[in-house]
Amino acid sequence: MDDRGLRLIVLIKQVPDIEKVRFDHEKGRIDRSSAEATTNPFDLNALEVAVQLKEKFGGIVTALSMGPPQAESTLRDALSRGADRGILLTDLRFAGADTLATSYTLASAIRKLGPFDLVVCGEKTVDGDTAQVGAEVAEHLGIPHVAYVCEVKEVVREGIIVTSRMGKGYYTYLLRFPGLITVTKDVNVPRLPTLRDTIKARRAQITVWTAEDLSDVALLEKFGISGSPTQVVRVFTPSTEGRKGKLLQGSAEDIAKELAGILRQLGVLR
Amino acid sequence: MIRMEEGGVMIFAEQEDGRIHPITFELLGKGRELAEKLGKGLSSVLLGYRLERDAMELIYHGANTVFLYDHPSLREFDVIRYKENIVNLIKEERPEIFLLGATPIGRSLGPRIAAALETGLTADCIDLDIDETDGSLVQIRPAFSGNIIARIKTRTRPQMATVRYKVMKRSDRDTTRQGRIVRKEVREVEETGVHLIKKEPIKGMDISEAEVIVSGGRGLRKPEDFGLLEELSRLLGGVVGSSRPLVDEGWIGREHQVGFSGNTVKPRIYIACGISGSPQHLFGMRDSEVIIAINKDPSAPIFKFSDYCILGDLYEVLPALIREIKSTRSEEYG
Repeated sequence: MDDRGLRLIVLIKQVPDIEKVRFDHEKGRIDRSSAEATTNPFDLNALEVAVQLKEKFGGIVTALSMGPPQAESTLRDALSRGADRGILLTDLRFAGADTLATSYTLASAIRKLGPFDLVVCGEKTVDGDTAQVGAEVAEHLGIPHVAYVCEVKEVVREGIIVTSRMGKGYYTYLLRFPGLITVTKDVNVPRLPTLRDTIKARRAQITVWTAEDLSDVALLEKFGISGSPTQVVRVFTPSTEGRKGKLLQGSAEDIAKELAGILRQLGVLR
Repeated sequence: MIRMEEGGVMIFAEQEDGRIHPITFELLGKGRELAEKLGKGLSSVLLGYRLERDAMELIYHGANTVFLYDHPSLREFDVIRYKENIVNLIKEERPEIFLLGATPIGRSLGPRIAAALETGLTADCIDLDIDETDGSLVQIRPAFSGNIIARIKTRTRPQMATVRYKVMKRSDRDTTRQGRIVRKEVREVEETGVHLIKKEPIKGMDISEAEVIVSGGRGLRKPEDFGLLEELSRLLGGVVGSSRPLVDEGWIGREHQVGFSGNTVKPRIYIACGISGSPQHLFGMRDSEVIIAINKDPSAPIFKFSDYCILGDLYEVLPALIREIKSTRSEEYG
């Protein structure tokens, strides 16, 4: 960090609203028309971390997203919540990317943006559910990362002190700049945009970069499908095969007696 | 150089505080099955400090070869040092398949290894198999919070996947199993950019290890009513679980959450109180040995997945059950 503050980059993804999305169980497909697109909820925590750091130490927050042209609305959402600028990576050549190609593309754009201090990502996205892109971006950039950050403690001259929840412990690390963190929902409560900021964000300019725009920092064949080693062979909905349940009936007392008998048989009651 | 493990299956042996995480034994179980289908060996890589005995455990659980990286700098999980050594090992040994647990450590480390090797990584698999036509790894994983399941293949090598905890069977421990421990020279990394300052243990229970879980859902009227579930779980020697909405509402801590975005559990007894059974919740508990559901709504999906279905009000059934248990106890001991 220098006296101009922190150069922060937040990775943002537009996803279908997971609470509303419906699934075509016969075809094993997602009915994309059933749900509106929204900002990945975990990314709002990431953005909040970056905006709070900027408010405290000064600097600039860049929101970076890859997606179809309509993902621009997600970057406007980020601007309304405190990001200073939005960059959308959109090109048919980016499409069909798995986590390796996605992280390569995002890392290439970060390279193009120039020097930075910290990249902040959500723990995972609600549609892909992989939680891989953050750490893969860090590897492509050759920078250290800490995943599952549940608390940002302080910023010191050489880096940031964060606590990560992993396994059986809370691990507190000093992460040197430039670095990357992925944050959980426990890290903060994201702010709601004000009406004024929403209107301002609507008018703001979103920078759009295509594959060509990244050609000076990346190899085009590593984008999209051609850069994706994993392929989805088939998609289906989970088996609905259930169990043959025994119905317990009667008064609450009758049920309780029968249930206690079952629990005793199972050996959890003496 | 002799590559002992070329074309075989390699497992990342996860350890914390010098204890092997049980996911490792589940991976060895599945890894053995895959290696046999391929007609190749099963190996494991263990990084830490003074872990010779744990390396033997990996052999007892089915590994033919254990690559042991034994160094004080590897005592605690260190994403950069672990990655450096494992990437180098994979380049030397060229396994066909490399598996890690989908634990926070596996999910932090796996992507770095995959990106460094420029290979594919499939997250959070619930099953793995070998395609007999071409010998490739079929990776089965859920997406969209467990609402859909995808079959995935990887065209680069190694084929990498993280595997969800508690969905695969542990391999048996057999102390007559023979194998070799290969002590590897540790690559030193001077400056990793990540420095552990302190470590504090997480206090409280670990729901994924519980034998009995009494879980609450939207049928609960207020946060305090978890007390009812707590009382029952205490009587049964269990812990309290929750569906996602109540955790999101802040009624109970995230460590209690059962379901796709929470914990996958496999207790002996799962008692679902006022839980309707969304795909996301069912995903996390449907493999429990015995499922008991209490719900007022006869159309609640949870009933289709339960062994005992109680169509009733949890506010009547639970107090009656607690009274019943207490009274039989006082008869016995009173």
